[in-house]
Amino acid sequence: MTGNNGNKTSLLKNHRNIEYLDAKWGYAFIMPMLIGFIIITIAPVIATFAFSFTDRSLMKVHANFTGLQNYKQLIGDKVFRNTMLQTLEFTVLLIPSNLILTLALAVLLKEKFKGCGFFRTAVFTPVVTSVVVWGVLWRYIFQTENGLINTILKMFNVQGPQWLMNIRLAIPIAVFVTLIKGLGMNMIIFIGAMLDVPQDYYEAASLDGATKWQQFLYITLPCITPSIFLVVIMTTIGSLKVFGQVKNLSNGGPGTSSYVMVFYIYQLAFKNYDFGYASAVSVMLFLMIVLLTIIQWKLRKNWVYYED
Amino acid sequence: MKTEEKNNIPAADGFNIQNENARKRKIFLKALKYIVCIIVSVIMLFPMYWMLTTSFKTPMNVAKFPPQWWPNPWTLANYTEIFYKHPFSKYLWNSLYIAALVTLGVVVFSSLAGYAFAKIKFKGNNVLFMIILCGMMMPIEVTIIPIYIALSGMQLADRHIGLIICPIFGYCGAFGTFLMRQFFMTVPDELIQSAKIDGATQPKIFVHIILPMAVSSIATLIIFTFLQSWNDYLLPLVLLSSSDKYTLPIGLSLLSNEDGMKWELVMAAATFSTLPILVVFYLCQNKFMASLSMSGLKG
Repeated sequence: MTGNNGNKTSLLKNHRNIEYLDAKWGYAFIMPMLIGFIIITIAPVIATFAFSFTDRSLMKVHANFTGLQNYKQLIGDKVFRNTMLQTLEFTVLLIPSNLILTLALAVLLKEKFKGCGFFRTAVFTPVVTSVVVWGVLWRYIFQTENGLINTILKMFNVQGPQWLMNIRLAIPIAVFVTLIKGLGMNMIIFIGAMLDVPQDYYEAASLDGATKWQQFLYITLPCITPSIFLVVIMTTIGSLKVFGQVKNLSNGGPGTSSYVMVFYIYQLAFKNYDFGYASAVSVMLFLMIVLLTIIQWKLRKNWVYYED
Repeated sequence: MKTEEKNNIPAADGFNIQNENARKRKIFLKALKYIVCIIVSVIMLFPMYWMLTTSFKTPMNVAKFPPQWWPNPWTLANYTEIFYKHPFSKYLWNSLYIAALVTLGVVVFSSLAGYAFAKIKFKGNNVLFMIILCGMMMPIEVTIIPIYIALSGMQLADRHIGLIICPIFGYCGAFGTFLMRQFFMTVPDELIQSAKIDGATQPKIFVHIILPMAVSSIATLIIFTFLQSWNDYLLPLVLLSSSDKYTLPIGLSLLSNEDGMKWELVMAAATFSTLPILVVFYLCQNKFMASLSMSGLKG
C-alpha cells in the first residue's frame, strides 16, 4: 500500500519535474529568435521613432532634439505631398485592376483542363523573378528609342510616346509592371478559395436555373470575400512599400514625378543623409501599414464569425 | 432500337437541335478560353523571351529595325563579357551563399521557436508570440535607417553579415515562426506525451519526432526564404558599397545604370540572374505556387 502511495507521489513529483524542465526548454527554444528579433526589429522601430524627433544626419553625430520640427517640415514639404499623392495614385490604379484581372484569371484557370498547368505556370513566372530584373527588363521594353513597344508602333507608322520620360506616364507604367508581376500570386490565392466553395451550392443554383454569371455573382463572390479582402489589404501594403520597380524603371523621374514613399525615404536617408527627416517619413509609412494591418485583423475576425 | 424510337418522336427533334446548339456553344466557349489563355501567357512570357534572345544578339542587331525576333547570328560574347569584365560569377556566389545562410538560419530558429510556441507550456507563451507576430508587419523599409547607422557604426555595413542577420530576425524569421507554429499545432499532443513517458527530453522529441513530420512545411519555408533573400534589393542597396560584395540584383541594377550601358549586356546579366531560380521553379512549380501564395496568406 505504502509502496504504491510512494510510487504515486514520486510519479507526481516526476511529472512536475518534467513540466518544469519543459518550460525551461520552451524558453531555450524561443530565446534565439526572440532576442535576435528584439535587437534586429523591435529596437530599430523604436529608434526610427526617436530619430524622427532629432536633426540627426551623417554630419551631425551628436544630434539635437528638435521636437516636432521634422513633422512640421513634412506639412510644408511639397515633394512629400507629391510623394504621398503619387503613392496614392499608384495604389488607386493598382488595386481595382489587380482585383478584376486576378479574379478573371482564377475563374478561367480554376478548373483543370488540358494545358491549364502550363497557363498557371506562365502567369506565375513573373512572381518568381526579382523586381530588379523585372524593372530593368521593362525599362528596356518601354525605351523611347529602340524600345520594343515603340519599335512595334513604328512598324505601323505610329510615333510612340516618350513613356518613362513622360511625367504623366511614369507612375501608370510602374503600376502596369507591378500588376503583371503580381497577378500569379493573387490568382493562386483566389483559385484556392474558389475550390473551397462547396460544389452543391452550384448544383442547387443551376437546378434553379441560375446562369454562370449569376452563380459567380451570388455564390462565388460572397464565399470568397475573406480572400478578396485579404488580397486587397496585402496589395495596398505592397503598394505603399513599392520601391524596386520605380527605382529601376524611372528612378523617381522625370523630376520627382514618380517619387513614392520608400523612394523618398531612400533619397532623404541615403542620398542626402538626412536621417532625422527621413525617419519622420518612415514613421508615416509605419503608421499607415499598422493601420491597415489592424483593419485586416479586425475585419478578419468578423469574417471568421460570418464563416461559421 | 431505343434511340431510333426516340428520333421518331417530333419533340425529340427539337431537343436534338437544342443539344446541337449547346454543343456548338460549348466548343465556342472552349476556344475562347484557350485564346484568352494564350494571349495572357504571351503577355507574361514574352518579356522573358525578349530578355533571353536579346542576350544572344550582337550589338548591331539589338537596335535593328524592324526588330530581330530571333537572334541571327547567335553570340555568347555578352556572357563572356559579364564574366570577364564584370564580376558576375562573384555576384552569383555572394547571392547564393547569403541566401543559403539566411534560409538555414530561418529554418533552424523559426522551427525551434514555432515548436515551443505551439506545444510547450511556459509563462508568457502567448504574449511573446504576439510580439513576434507584430514583427511580420514591420517592414525593413521602416527599420532600415537605424540598422544602417548601427552597422556602419560598427564598421559592418559593407559586409554580408547585415544581409544575413536582418532577414533571419526580421520579416522572414517572423513569418517562419508563424508558419511553423501553425503546422506544429496540428501535431497530436499524445505523440509528444507518449515520448515524454518513454523518457525523451524536449530536444530529442524535437529532432526525432517533430522535425521529420514537418518536412513539407519546412520545404515551404525554404522556398519562401530563399527567394526572398535572392531577390532582396533595398537592404543590399543601402548597405553594400564595394563592388566585390554585391549580390546579383545590385550588380544588375548598377550595370543597367552605367554610362554608355549596352542593353545586350544588361539582358545577359538579367538572364543569368533569373535562370537559376526559374529552372528550380519549373522543376517544382506546384510546390512553389502553393508555398508563395501561402506566404501571402500570413497574418
